[in-house]
Amino acid sequence: MFEAIAFYLFAFLTITMFYIAVTTSQALYALSALAAGMIFISAFFFILGADFLGAVQIVVYSGAVMALYAFGMMFFDTTREVKEKQGNKAIIIGLSTLAALMVVVIVAAPIVGNNIEALYPSVDATKNVQEVGMVLFTKYLVPFEVAAVMLLVAMIAGIVLAGKKMDLSVTLMNEAEIMMMKEEDKNKKAHS
Amino acid sequence: MEIAYFIETIIKIVVILLIFSALAGIGTYFERKVLAFMQRRLGPVNVGPFGLLQVAADGIKLFTKEDIIPTSVVGRIFKIAPVITAATAFMAAAAIPFLPSFTIFGYEVHPIVADINIGILYILGIMGVGLYGPLLGGMASANKFSLLSAARGAAVFISYEVITGLSILAPIMMVGSLSLIDFNQYQSGGITSWIVWSQPVAFILFWIAAFAETGRTPFHLIANDHEIIDGFGTEYSGMRWGLFFIGEYANMFFISFVISIIFLGGYGDGSFLGALGLLGKVAFFFFFFLWTRAAWPDVRPDQLMWLCWKVLMPIAVINIVITGIVMM
Repeated sequence: MFEAIAFYLFAFLTITMFYIAVTTSQALYALSALAAGMIFISAFFFILGADFLGAVQIVVYSGAVMALYAFGMMFFDTTREVKEKQGNKAIIIGLSTLAALMVVVIVAAPIVGNNIEALYPSVDATKNVQEVGMVLFTKYLVPFEVAAVMLLVAMIAGIVLAGKKMDLSVTLMNEAEIMMMKEEDKNKKAHS
Repeated sequence: MEIAYFIETIIKIVVILLIFSALAGIGTYFERKVLAFMQRRLGPVNVGPFGLLQVAADGIKLFTKEDIIPTSVVGRIFKIAPVITAATAFMAAAAIPFLPSFTIFGYEVHPIVADINIGILYILGIMGVGLYGPLLGGMASANKFSLLSAARGAAVFISYEVITGLSILAPIMMVGSLSLIDFNQYQSGGITSWIVWSQPVAFILFWIAAFAETGRTPFHLIANDHEIIDGFGTEYSGMRWGLFFIGEYANMFFISFVISIIFLGGYGDGSFLGALGLLGKVAFFFFFFLWTRAAWPDVRPDQLMWLCWKVLMPIAVINIVITGIVMM
């Protein structure tokens, strides 16, 4: 009984949160609702006995949405409402309804066709982490490694893009050196 | 059976909430007294014996002060931010075993709300979510200094989350479980079996990161003192500000519990002495938070980032690699 109550409660909360995230024109509301929705989704993992995935959902998405906040901070005055440029409303509503419908069909079709079954059914809920590890490093080793390589590429690209003065450390310099560096920068700007 | 379990859980939750809300208040008293002692002052002395009732006086003040909501803030987010800090701090406590299980009136009580088998991950994740409080509070306040403090808070959080996770990975590899009770069981053989002896580096790293996670001096960047104002809390008054405070102090207590259980043997074999030992360790770590605040200045944000990414993170990774080689 508790499971059913929890499921409907969190289903309602999640849908409400994502609805707010889509419809509001206030950046802070949207971001907070998104974060809340992501965290509420973890409840479904907990209900299903996938504790590890539930906790990972919280850890990953709380950090990821935190980064979105940082972008919000940089690009908007988050205390003001964003004036959205709204084009043809009929097209927007039509396309989003179509997309949502397609997702439902894609997910629901195998369930209706009745040929969906767990490839690696969880036997013992207390060995959650071990089982995830087993599957990751046997069956899904290649996708796992490819994802790792992609993340590495992204990280190096980020370092290259951001690290123009990586060889300098303001922490290790004394005041005079910092002032000299600033002077040089000024001179460069004046010349160019 | 299910109803009994339900009632037991509710009672546990209420007890933990009450005890740690009260402890947060008493924690401020201890902080003032300890800081005063170390800085050769008196601290609170006027209200009650030894100034003990200062806590009650503060409480009355916080509860009765007008709850000001400035006109240009984002109302709902501004109101909900302190609740997030306090609520997540207590949610994290759900997976912490506070004492060994004991029998009362013939009924065995496990002083842990939910013994989920990924306890540590859950606690760290929820504590991470706790930083949404200062972040949202700062961003919704329509105040430049609050916004700056929120930005610093997000930077510190995202960086030090890495250290916490990496440093704790080595002990997890040794124990082979994410449940705090399993950690305790692993070390139940007395002082020599404590993980701190085999993982001293991870212990120090986790301890350092704990200061960043709870936002305490020397990593107290979310409310920078040299700006004279209170960072993200500038626009808050009354009990909303008090909730931030309760969240911070509850977090300090909970992280002290986590450090003691993971690295220092927790409650040991589960005897009465072991339980007292756990409380003693927690008291020491809490005291250490205050001690550091009295002894050290805040570090600059760039020094903090330098320390995190160029010193602590490589050490943590090397520690994991060495642990892995030794275990193989």
